[in-house]
Amino acid sequence: MPEHLLEANNVTKIFDIRQGFVTKHFHAVDQASFTLEKDKPEIFTIAGESGSGKSTFAKMILGMDSPSSGKLQYQGRDVSSLNKAKKRNWFYKQVQPVFQDPFAAFSPLKRIDSYLHETFHNYKMAPASEADSYINSVLNQVGLSIAEIKGRYPNELSGGQAQRVAIARALITKPSLIVADEPVSMLDASLRMSIVNMFRKLKQDNGVSIIYITHDLATAYYSADRIAVMLRGWIVEIGPVEHVLGNPKHPYTQNLKASIPQADPDKTWETKISLADMEIAEFSRTGCKFAARCPAVMEKCKSEAPKDYNVEGRNVKCFLYE
Amino acid sequence: MNTIVNTQDLKAYYITKAYGVERTVKAVDNVTIAIEEGEVYGLAGESGCGKSTLLKVMLGEFQPPLTVVGGSVTYNFDGQEKNAASLTEEDRQEIRWSKVSYIPQGSMHVLNPVRRIQDTFHDFIVTHKPMSKRETFDMTRNYLRELGLPEKVMRSYPHQLSGGMRQRVTIALATILWPKLIFADEPTTALDVVVQRGVIQLLKEIQQKKNSTIVLITHDLGVHANLADHIGVLYAGKLVEEAPTRTILTKPRHPYTQFLIKSLPTFDERSEREGIPGRPPALDHPPSGCRFHTRCPLLLEKCKTLEPEMFTVGPEHRVACHLITEVGHA
Repeated sequence: MPEHLLEANNVTKIFDIRQGFVTKHFHAVDQASFTLEKDKPEIFTIAGESGSGKSTFAKMILGMDSPSSGKLQYQGRDVSSLNKAKKRNWFYKQVQPVFQDPFAAFSPLKRIDSYLHETFHNYKMAPASEADSYINSVLNQVGLSIAEIKGRYPNELSGGQAQRVAIARALITKPSLIVADEPVSMLDASLRMSIVNMFRKLKQDNGVSIIYITHDLATAYYSADRIAVMLRGWIVEIGPVEHVLGNPKHPYTQNLKASIPQADPDKTWETKISLADMEIAEFSRTGCKFAARCPAVMEKCKSEAPKDYNVEGRNVKCFLYE
Repeated sequence: MNTIVNTQDLKAYYITKAYGVERTVKAVDNVTIAIEEGEVYGLAGESGCGKSTLLKVMLGEFQPPLTVVGGSVTYNFDGQEKNAASLTEEDRQEIRWSKVSYIPQGSMHVLNPVRRIQDTFHDFIVTHKPMSKRETFDMTRNYLRELGLPEKVMRSYPHQLSGGMRQRVTIALATILWPKLIFADEPTTALDVVVQRGVIQLLKEIQQKKNSTIVLITHDLGVHANLADHIGVLYAGKLVEEAPTRTILTKPRHPYTQFLIKSLPTFDERSEREGIPGRPPALDHPPSGCRFHTRCPLLLEKCKTLEPEMFTVGPEHRVACHLITEVGHA
């Protein structure tokens, strides 16, 4: 049986919310499935608005949280059943995170290069005498050099530089998968492009697969191969990015795409949109979770949850395509 | 049209002295801007280019180490002129919130976490107008209804609201007394695209209802395209280009502005796009001559030594670049 790099099979995460004597179940991720192939490195984007379950999903992929039901397998092994030693020595060597805010990820009291050395020694990537040259070669991949950051504290670096160091740290173990949770949302537009370009380069040159979690669809369209659009825990549309963002089918994806502000005076917004009032209410809604905001809502949407339908090369969770 | 606020050769530096070492950061240097009544003026630029410093000075809300070294900021309310850099305490009380208002970036830190939204509104209103609690609650309710926000937020605490709702409540709070001049510092940066669109929609509505003036700071040119009438592009503390929104986006003249626009990904094509090479200069030792010359691909010899002046190239279109005067194009 061919092994997948990562296989998410009906992954569900339920949080309980207690209000007095009543306990409500809250599906932060609901039956989400996708696979990444082993020998085909790609940039896989998980997109959606805030509170759609993106980060919970990322945590489960990184083994920091386990699914309530469903299976998450990395190279054929269940991520949540790995024991501690296996997780440290094998799993984290292959799967590395990059987080949103580099200044929160690095302690302000530690020199930033100490993180690189620590990771290097923890995983014994090469003889200790070669530490500096090894780290320098990794830093070169992200457009930095060891001379630039040696002995510096995080506050001495700009946001873009600090995020590059965070990515370099993830690259030290030569991972096959990087999970980047909103890596560019703290940076301004021109820096975003340089980080995203770097992801493309890493994919091509190093064969690293990247799960790129973002709400910025413009950079997703620019960099990704496939995209999964999440809404209140559901993956509502999943497929190649040219199809999904080039010609979105789910009303929510259409809404998302139309909401990207474009720097073009001829493409300004004409119509108005309605925003979600209460997140919890949408999460626990029966039927389609987008029903309250959907411009194409039908009677059936309010009572029944739609299944995945295959339309033009992608899967869409919407009754319009039944 | 009346000018509601203008800056004249404004220089605002951060001057610090520690252990006898003086350090001067020239965050805003020789900026001249005139903002008309009833327009949305956008300020664009990378992080660290002096956008927020300029806003602080225009608000008259700054303390040392930030010092105004030269130039002036003048408000003009119905023919009454006031210098923003030297407001007295009484002036401030009178102007703040009822004439000049401010929408900050992080709405989480603005609303009092231990008071209900309606009480926060009450606090703000009674500072400026003597009113009973019932009156302020009515006023708040009517205003929220007018803006299309749900009434139930009044009785909520800030942590019960989502980020987008909180930002919209903050905007409502900043505009409830119908100020003429609203400063907004990255009002949508932390929000996702759908919510961002809702917030911009709200700002636009408020602006059109009372014909107020908005000074909008954001690095996102897409947001400017949807909201601003004029855009000023700042680079390293200098205004490098200023024009109506359409002109800036379709016919930028300064190499920096061209870079900014070219680096944005679009849905039309997926071709390779580059970020701007290099990084913004540190402002304590800005480069000589044109401050962009270290990153400029079209560099001339004189750019290294001589600072370019603002040059008018078209209707309401000003550019500070030697290429315009030397070669005639950029």
